[in-house]
Amino acid sequence: MASLGRLGDDAKRAIKLVSVPFAYAVLLLALPLAAVLLFSFWTQDFLDIDRTFTLRNYQEALGEPIYRQLLVRSVLIAGSVTVVTVILAFPIAYFVSFHVAPSRKSLWLFLITIPFWTSYLIRVFLWKVILGYNGVLNTSLLGLGFIDEPLTFILYNANAVVITLAHAFAPFAILPIFVALEKIDHSLIEASRDLGESRVTTFLRVTLPLAMPGVVAAALIVFIPTIGDYVTPRLVGGPNGLMIANMIQTQFLRLNNAPLGAALAIVAMLCVTVIALLFIWLNRKWLRSQ
Amino acid sequence: MSLRIYAIAYLIFLYAPIALLPIFAFNDGTIIAFPLQGFTTEWFAALATTPALHEAVQNSLIIAVTSAVLATCLGMCAARAGTMEDFPGKRGVLGFIMLPLVLPEIIVAVSLLVVVVRVFGLTLGNWTIILAHTLICAPFCIAVLNGAFQNLDRSMEEAAMDLGQSRWGAFRLVTLPLVAPGIISSLLISFTISLDEFIIAFFLSGNSPTMPVYIWGLLRFPERLPVVMALGTILVALSIVLLTVAELMRRRGLARAGLKDTGGFL
Repeated sequence: MASLGRLGDDAKRAIKLVSVPFAYAVLLLALPLAAVLLFSFWTQDFLDIDRTFTLRNYQEALGEPIYRQLLVRSVLIAGSVTVVTVILAFPIAYFVSFHVAPSRKSLWLFLITIPFWTSYLIRVFLWKVILGYNGVLNTSLLGLGFIDEPLTFILYNANAVVITLAHAFAPFAILPIFVALEKIDHSLIEASRDLGESRVTTFLRVTLPLAMPGVVAAALIVFIPTIGDYVTPRLVGGPNGLMIANMIQTQFLRLNNAPLGAALAIVAMLCVTVIALLFIWLNRKWLRSQ
Repeated sequence: MSLRIYAIAYLIFLYAPIALLPIFAFNDGTIIAFPLQGFTTEWFAALATTPALHEAVQNSLIIAVTSAVLATCLGMCAARAGTMEDFPGKRGVLGFIMLPLVLPEIIVAVSLLVVVVRVFGLTLGNWTIILAHTLICAPFCIAVLNGAFQNLDRSMEEAAMDLGQSRWGAFRLVTLPLVAPGIISSLLISFTISLDEFIIAFFLSGNSPTMPVYIWGLLRFPERLPVVMALGTILVALSIVLLTVAELMRRRGLARAGLKDTGGFL
């Protein structure tokens, strides 16, 4: 507390203020997470919890092929969603930042964010309507004569999950990239052009590296929550599109095996954290230059 | 030019599902597919005569209003502290409060379920969802309110205190009116998030479902789907109105602080 004594009155008040939301986050996030961690080392026998410390849940979570398969698939799907979403989002962020008049930028951002705030469940369900065998996409393509029979590779599999989630997380990817692009000093781009670089090389050697912090942020902000989604896999994924969150949900709410569910949740979270940290480390060059 | 075409195609991709909603909500047929069968308002009428739905809507409204108020209060504390003098660990503390923004929702849901049911042996109800929604809405509130508080000229508050106002009086009479648009925007955004949240509500709702949980139940019955479309249409219209108000408030807040507009909510 000696160090606190040196702080100004303003800093002390700031600590007092911030302690309220901080305490809330500790009580409702940190402690519950600790409880989940604890549970993952216990076992459940019908309704009784056996409180002896054991790694059995982790052996099961990592050893059983079904859980391993779900985990690998979740990482692959989340990875594909991230790649697709970020690649689709970048040109939009670029367009709004570089080609839209400043006074109309916030209108564009507003238009981009609106679909994101409307009922998530119904949006996912409507993708099922669009992608289905008799769906909007197939009937339109058939009607226009582009295809002879309905496409079946777009519903009840991992593709459908990727399309739907790429839609759901679009604004999450666009906004960080937009913010990074907005920070770029345009004189750097002009300098590059003056010094003889073409449009393309200027983009690759000046604009893109400077936008990388936004791209990294966008990738993380899409990747991390995607792993935890169970609505989209359930509604459009079919049997081969289910993800780890579906299994966590099943363990908790159907099989009533909270310890195993807790272990699966911890394993999934560790996986996400390791991949996220690895990704940041791989991109450290771009992040440091800022 | 090609970028503009891409941008418009992308907007069509973004709006495709929402554009279909009203089409099927007014379609006189129980199958959600083309070709359309004719015009009807039957599905909207069915909404009015479904007591289970009314109960779910009522639950959702109670939860959304309470969480919005609580999350905005927490957000104001954090955003205000963020603009004050630094103290050791400030970045870490604020970062931790923002953590629910990037944490998969199922993790929040599972951890609270374990604590409430297994550790304390309590029964689930609206209050458990309120606690969780407050937690996940607070980071959004902080993001919105940060803008409002950072743009504030603190010398105005100091002037009020020099002129004899107490600290609280200065806050209430000077600061609060200046950040009011930000507060309204924060309330509306967290209200919208809570009203729409499903993943956590599904884990933590007791016997009385919230509206998204109720909709989830309906999705299993093909004959009830047109009713879901009608409900969805109303919800989308409502969200657009709320968000437009939130956006206008945010802009007014920026204008009041004499700043130029730099971007959206997040």
